[in-house]
Amino acid sequence: MISSFALDLAHLFAGGLVLVSFMLLYQDRMTGLINTFALHALVVSLSVAWQAHIQAAPHLYITAAIALLVKAMVIPLALHRIVVRLGIHRTIEPVVGIGLTMLAGIGLVALSIMVMLPIAAQAGTLAREDLAFALSVILLGLLMMVSRRNAVSQVVGFMSIENGLILAATGAKGMPLVVEISVAFSILVALIVIGIFLFRIRERFETVDIHLLHEHRGEQP
Amino acid sequence: MSGFLVAHPGFAALAAILCIPALAAAVLALVRDDRAGAWLNVLASFLTLASALLLLAFERPQPGPFLIVDDLNAVFIVISTLVGFTTSVFSASYIAHELETGRLTHAYLRFYHAMYQVLMFGMNLALLSNNIGLMWVAVELATLTTVLMVGIYRTPAALEAAWKYFLLGSVGIALALFGTILVYLAARAAVGEGLDAMAWNVLVQNAAAFDPAFLNLAFVFLLLGYGTKVGLVPLHAWLPDAHAEGPTPISAVLSGLLLNVALFAVLRFKSILSANPAALAPGPLMVTLGLVSVVFAALMLYRRQDIKRLFAYSSIEHMGVVTFAFGMGGPLANFAGLLHMALHSLTKSAIFFCVGQIAQAKGTQRMADIRGLTLSHPALGWSLGLGVVAIAGLPPMGLFMTEFLIITSTFARAPALAIILGLALLVGLGALLLRLNGLAFGEPDGRNDPVKASFLPLGLHLGLVLAAGVWLPPALVAWFQYVATLLS
Repeated sequence: MISSFALDLAHLFAGGLVLVSFMLLYQDRMTGLINTFALHALVVSLSVAWQAHIQAAPHLYITAAIALLVKAMVIPLALHRIVVRLGIHRTIEPVVGIGLTMLAGIGLVALSIMVMLPIAAQAGTLAREDLAFALSVILLGLLMMVSRRNAVSQVVGFMSIENGLILAATGAKGMPLVVEISVAFSILVALIVIGIFLFRIRERFETVDIHLLHEHRGEQP
Repeated sequence: MSGFLVAHPGFAALAAILCIPALAAAVLALVRDDRAGAWLNVLASFLTLASALLLLAFERPQPGPFLIVDDLNAVFIVISTLVGFTTSVFSASYIAHELETGRLTHAYLRFYHAMYQVLMFGMNLALLSNNIGLMWVAVELATLTTVLMVGIYRTPAALEAAWKYFLLGSVGIALALFGTILVYLAARAAVGEGLDAMAWNVLVQNAAAFDPAFLNLAFVFLLLGYGTKVGLVPLHAWLPDAHAEGPTPISAVLSGLLLNVALFAVLRFKSILSANPAALAPGPLMVTLGLVSVVFAALMLYRRQDIKRLFAYSSIEHMGVVTFAFGMGGPLANFAGLLHMALHSLTKSAIFFCVGQIAQAKGTQRMADIRGLTLSHPALGWSLGLGVVAIAGLPPMGLFMTEFLIITSTFARAPALAIILGLALLVGLGALLLRLNGLAFGEPDGRNDPVKASFLPLGLHLGLVLAAGVWLPPALVAWFQYVATLLS
């Protein structure tokens, strides 16, 4: 049986991750955003390491190490360089105001807790809260991806979704292939970052409205 | 080792389907000669197809913790390797032209051939995997390779298309992973920890004991996640761009195969849900998404200016039809959906073979600049005509029969839905015939380069689709009917 201290600490890390997700939402400078993401990755790696300890599952330490090395160090450094190279360290352009985004974020967290807690009641105390927090992190990441125009902030949003998934996967006790999946994800993220760097994608398309996109390609009559 | 493979020829064939593309990818990355690379690609694809056919002939290997061969994925694997082979034949001549015109360099060509085989490996692995985590990794691999191929021309439009595909695909894949984790959690309570709780055959057998609330939530994530890759509206935004900006053989493989692989994943999870009486019925969700896709795509067909975009929207329409059919369920609708999917793969890839050659001969993809193909390039023009007749669902082609079956079987149960579907298909048919009229007839103008490409893959596909409309071999009907009853 897991001691109540172990459980509390696991919940502290998972809850901390949700908190850092909120911090990502209100960053208005690139540098701040990237530093906050590094913190996000650090919290997730601590959380995974703690799970590895209380579940006595040593292979999860590999996932924790990947999160720490790749996502808390290498990628933030690479992103800082990209931001300087592309000259985009000025303010981030949100699609809607920060206040509104935060309100939407609170709604999403409430939604995921209301959805997950009753459903996951039989999955055990640890998995239950972890899943609710993980879903919150995923939804907040999605919110960030749709509310920002800049390619770098979208990638940061995607990586925070990924951290949420890692949290869910490690919380599901005994799930096989977690390490393999986290490696596959790291490759994906590395490719995205290389993609921005090589192709110099500064801005996302101005809007998700396909109408305007077609104008670029001579699709407008 | 060799003794074991001889004693278990089915297992040997299974291993060959996965090992040949993987090995070929490694070899192709090293081959410097362009022609040798192209033919090696064809050879590897042919050997994979041969292994897939042998797999049908031999006794099936027992499902292991990671790989499985069952009746459902046997259908998909045969279609996948067949279209993979014919596309590689088409690609050999297509790519030689791209090299001549300088759109691709030698280094990129090598990369292209290696990636083609990696894509085949990813799709075959996704189809054959018995583990929901492994399948997820394989679908991700296949998606990533297509992203790289879509952006291979390095034009701003191609890069933008690749980036959009990448982001939407990544979000889709993230949602699918969350759904996969939830399925594992639902299974863990009944099956216990470990690989068993992620294996298909175990999951389906024990699905009745799973917690229904978990399964419901999982299915919503899985449907949205893998549905992004199927190209279901409103998650389709990446699809037209990816089809229009990449090399045409990749458009053929995307439409013909990768969309099917994603749909296959949805079907697998649907069967888990169907096996649990307390879980929500997955049908209505799929019917809604499918119907919305058909209606939306049919309307969007009218305003297209780019020939590859036109057929990309038609792919959305047809994937919508197939999703709708599987959502309706029942032996007849499932049978029609399965057959429709197979015939759509063949027809759509044939159309893209045609379109690729047309775009090369005319030097443009803009439909306004393409006219009078039946006069300037009779073989191409009439093949395109035949392909469009097939894809629009007109008799005597096979897709007419399957659409007819889907609508009539729906009419018996939900007349309103059948009417909407029928009307949407008619609207789509109008748009396609309108466009065909402009493309194929009238006075030819603009550039008219001669076409060198081989008509073999094109003829084979259209011949098969025509044959399916006229006469289906009873053995094939029996096989598809059997799979359809398994699904329902």
